Amino acid sequence: MASARDEIFASLRRSMGVTGQEATRKMEVQTRLMQKPRGIVPQRGYVAGEERIELFTRQAQNVQADVKRAAHLSDVAPIVRAYLRERNLPALLRRGQAPLLHAIDWDAQQLTLLDGPSDGHDANGLSVALGGCAETGSLVLVSGPDNPTTLNFLPDNHIVLIEANKIEPSFEDIWQKLRMIFGPDTLPRTVNFITGPSRSADIEQTMLLGAHGPRNLLIVIIG
Amino acid sequence: MSAHSTMHESTSPRFKQNAREALDNKQLQSALGHVRHRFIDKRAQAAAQLPEFDDLRDSAKAIKDHVLAHLDLYLAHYEQQVHAAGGHVHFARTAQEASAIIVDLCQKAGATTVTKGKSMVSEEIGLNAALLAAGIKPVETDLGEYIIQIRGETPSHIIAPAVHLTKAQIEADFRRTHTHLDAKRNLDAPESLLAEARTLLRDQFLRADVGITGANLLVAETGSSIIVTNEGNGDLTQILPKTHIVIASIEKIVPTLEDAAQILRVLARSATGQDMTVYSTLSTGPRRAGDPDGPENYHVVLVDNGRSSMIGSEFEDMLRCIRCGACMNHCPVYHAVGGHAYGWVYPGPMGSVLTPSLIGVDKAGHLPNASTFCGRCESVCPVRIPLPKLMRHWREREFERHLSPATFRWGLSFWAAFAKRPRLYRFVTSFTARALGMMGRKVGSFRWLPLASGWTATRNLAAPQGDTFQSQWHRQRTAKDQRKN
Repeated sequence: MASARDEIFASLRRSMGVTGQEATRKMEVQTRLMQKPRGIVPQRGYVAGEERIELFTRQAQNVQADVKRAAHLSDVAPIVRAYLRERNLPALLRRGQAPLLHAIDWDAQQLTLLDGPSDGHDANGLSVALGGCAETGSLVLVSGPDNPTTLNFLPDNHIVLIEANKIEPSFEDIWQKLRMIFGPDTLPRTVNFITGPSRSADIEQTMLLGAHGPRNLLIVIIG
Repeated sequence: MSAHSTMHESTSPRFKQNAREALDNKQLQSALGHVRHRFIDKRAQAAAQLPEFDDLRDSAKAIKDHVLAHLDLYLAHYEQQVHAAGGHVHFARTAQEASAIIVDLCQKAGATTVTKGKSMVSEEIGLNAALLAAGIKPVETDLGEYIIQIRGETPSHIIAPAVHLTKAQIEADFRRTHTHLDAKRNLDAPESLLAEARTLLRDQFLRADVGITGANLLVAETGSSIIVTNEGNGDLTQILPKTHIVIASIEKIVPTLEDAAQILRVLARSATGQDMTVYSTLSTGPRRAGDPDGPENYHVVLVDNGRSSMIGSEFEDMLRCIRCGACMNHCPVYHAVGGHAYGWVYPGPMGSVLTPSLIGVDKAGHLPNASTFCGRCESVCPVRIPLPKLMRHWREREFERHLSPATFRWGLSFWAAFAKRPRLYRFVTSFTARALGMMGRKVGSFRWLPLASGWTATRNLAAPQGDTFQSQWHRQRTAKDQRKN
């Protein structure tokens, strides 16, 4: 008996009237996979410097993220501390091994840092974004020991640091960046585009924040 | 037994009765008001704010067409890339086969509880019933899906499964089901319902042995699956258990990440009017050496279930569908009767085209007839599927196969014989128009007419002005010609 796989391919090729061996079709597919045409890219994000940071900030705020700016790395801990205090949240954060997170003096702000993935009992998660997308105000985070993926979803409050020069105009620039870092044709196990805190509109189409993921998202732009 | 026997039982053959019941259901009518306004306004705003939106729709359509012309080759490439990332790919010809593969994977993982992200194809194959039959408890984690699961219902909308319910109904269901909680607790605010579901489901997320999600897109270039959710439930479903199973139909493939971005840009805007869904997640294989979290096993189940035969047919265009729901959000028939009246998994215009392809026109022939042909569905479709045209194709097929009712066929052949004889047609219509015009002149409409109770039972019939369209046309034309001369 033919396998399900073989039968599905046979059925597809019968419907298409092809054998799967046509050189031109194979060439078209190989070309597209190699050339990766960009299609229509919104021009919205193609502004430079401060203007791009402002666009990113505005877009993220439009989707209910809190955005703060830290001129220097040393400003980050006080911003995080103030944010937690304002909301009456515990001065306890969980983080991964990202070097940036270990270059900050948290002790001076009486903040306690826990290391490693979350088991669902953490109030606050702390991560570093690989990049940002100005077009939509999205953060890009990738799995691995530097930033465990559970920190993006289990804690009630997610605090994400992003260096200003890592805010890209569009998704297409993020793909380029991912290929540069991780090589062509592959990706880390999980790539998360995060655009605002978790929400649901499943009760009478009314948008409510804090569905299953974080109720609050704080983005700290550094530089 | 047909290959579709494990799929959801369809009530599509009862469409007319379903629709009548839906129109009389006050709670449903109140809930449907939210579809009529919120979805339409939000989409229009999102589209207006992006100058490139219509060009992106063309681009998304072109990508899907290109994929459908090369689907065998992209599927093979995708499969190879999933393997390269350490994942497994399974092919399923039918609904039954797909459910069996997933049940087997769950059993091998020793699963007693599985969490599920919202997946329409899992509804299509009747996965929950198959899991339950094998003693495995499926837990729907999307808030809307969770609500309908505790009600024992199917989704009434492809992106808002519980859109047919009011807040009061949901509160009653929570009180009925969550009996371990204080019966006197206050659930007045919708936020308290959300918080209650969040707490209950958080526990399930942490306990599940297997997580099953659908896929909005599969990327051939990298072997990644992409899902978008606003709640984050798709992510908690896949990163916490040891095994992540993705279920997707074969046409979800796109060639590259660039192509995925084109489609994501039109998907969220068309669906909910967002620029971007909150969580858009790319998953590639299982966790890597050194990863502190993520699933240890990654499986993809690719479902055909009739799709490979749609390619090359007049219904191929339907395979471009990205399941945004814009067609039903803009459909006056959907607004009137809601999703359940359609009787199967996919409601609205896309369902009216897809359902006969998947379960047969003999069972779902009413659906393509449930259309006013106003064309709004096609005008908002992000991948420009000519939905009214495809519904017409089904009507023709239904007629050719003598599946339409005898009275309908008899009426049509009577009218055809009549219309082929222009003199007779003009004579009878002008006589009738004059007679009705005279009779109805006083009131301007009829409350009852012989043989017209199908119309007059629910509304009045306006009285003709005493002249036929043809004779008015003729008179005006002549007057115009005279003026010219």
